[in-house]
Amino acid sequence: MTMKKITVKLNGAEHSAEVEPRLLLVHLIRENLNATGTHIGCDTSNCGACTILLNGKSVKSCTVLAVQADGKEITTVEGLATAEGLHPLQEGFKENHGLHCGFCTPGMMLRAVELLENNPNPTEEEIRWGISGNLCRCTGYNNIVKAIQYAGAKIRGDELPSTEPEFV
Amino acid sequence: MIPANFDYSAPSTLDEALSLLQEHGDEAKILAGGHSLIPMMKLRFASPAHLIDINNIPDLSSIKEEGDSFHLGAMTRESDVEHSEALTGAFPIFADVTKLIADPQVRNMGTIGGNLAHGDAANDHPAVMMALNASVEITGPEGTRTVGIDEFFFGFYMTAVQPNEILTGISIPKQRGKVGSAYHKAERKVGDYATAGVAVQIATDADGKCTYAGIGLTNVNAVPMRAKRSEEALVGSDLSDELIAQAAMMASEDCNPSADLRGDEEYKRHLVKVITKRMIHKAIQRAK
Repeated sequence: MTMKKITVKLNGAEHSAEVEPRLLLVHLIRENLNATGTHIGCDTSNCGACTILLNGKSVKSCTVLAVQADGKEITTVEGLATAEGLHPLQEGFKENHGLHCGFCTPGMMLRAVELLENNPNPTEEEIRWGISGNLCRCTGYNNIVKAIQYAGAKIRGDELPSTEPEFV
Repeated sequence: MIPANFDYSAPSTLDEALSLLQEHGDEAKILAGGHSLIPMMKLRFASPAHLIDINNIPDLSSIKEEGDSFHLGAMTRESDVEHSEALTGAFPIFADVTKLIADPQVRNMGTIGGNLAHGDAANDHPAVMMALNASVEITGPEGTRTVGIDEFFFGFYMTAVQPNEILTGISIPKQRGKVGSAYHKAERKVGDYATAGVAVQIATDADGKCTYAGIGLTNVNAVPMRAKRSEEALVGSDLSDELIAQAAMMASEDCNPSADLRGDEEYKRHLVKVITKRMIHKAIQRAK
């Protein structure tokens, strides 16, 4: 078994590491690069808690090998906010009570980043299909959908929807 | 869960990948999207000594219209299929099926070639490719050969791809006349395998007579299955409601579902009957 040297760009910063080929990308991110905002939920590519962006595409990092990310750009939840403030999705989740325990939230937001990039003005149904690979066991999803609608409006520069929370 | 140790290569050409396969033989596995293989490796159901990652080989990912057929590179992602207007315009069945394959993140990795090469009757593309009468391109040290979809699946996880070969492309013929296609599967939740699924393509001539019928069934047989008797009943007919109901009944009689947590045999046969009937009607409605 030969170790592999890889270089990745995590949230804009370049990192090199010597890794076993069997190392999972989520472990590289959390344990080698100490970015623990990306969560491990099911470890079976069901729950979506480990969702990150790999070269801009949302993927489940528990089912990608670290060596597959060699030479690529990774975005995690730590890369969303800027010096100017929260990312529209972070703001949306905050304003709309889009989280309770918060465990699914980083994956949910990273998935929503790509969803809104592909489709800046999604319908509620498109949002629900769009996050169908992310499980939330607290919210019942309604406020997550509203958070994504809020972020979409903010990104488009439209009037922001009401942030009255929905109690279900 | 961590896979067993393995060596890893990521060749940048197909020739290099083929010579690595020659070198390592059946000790090696090809890594495409990895969303069937890596879970199996994490569960230690598979422990290949060598992984050959073909993600860095250019030219394996493309959707091209070539005269009378469409050509798909083996590494075309499910999400690329889903968002290809050319492909889903010509074959709406691809819009149906990709939406039902796993979830968006998995579709960003999963490939159409991997879905077939995995050789799992529970996967969705085998039935679709049967309905479309596709052929599969397999490249080995001797060059590329083409295998019809009916000669591709041999058994559980067994396909026509030999240990020194790589599935490199899929060719889908365009049928003549008015052509429509549709797919649906019953699934318990997003990401589950089909309880039962049915893929249909129908072509008719100017008089409305059926000139082509392709019907593939998902996860109701040990290997991906063509509903041959149903197809034969439809071809040459005027596609009356009564005949369509009969064809659907034949598919439910001819499949071989096994009872599992998704349902018992009777329930799955019932699903095959209902979905086959609906998909034939949908394909006819869509025909253009």
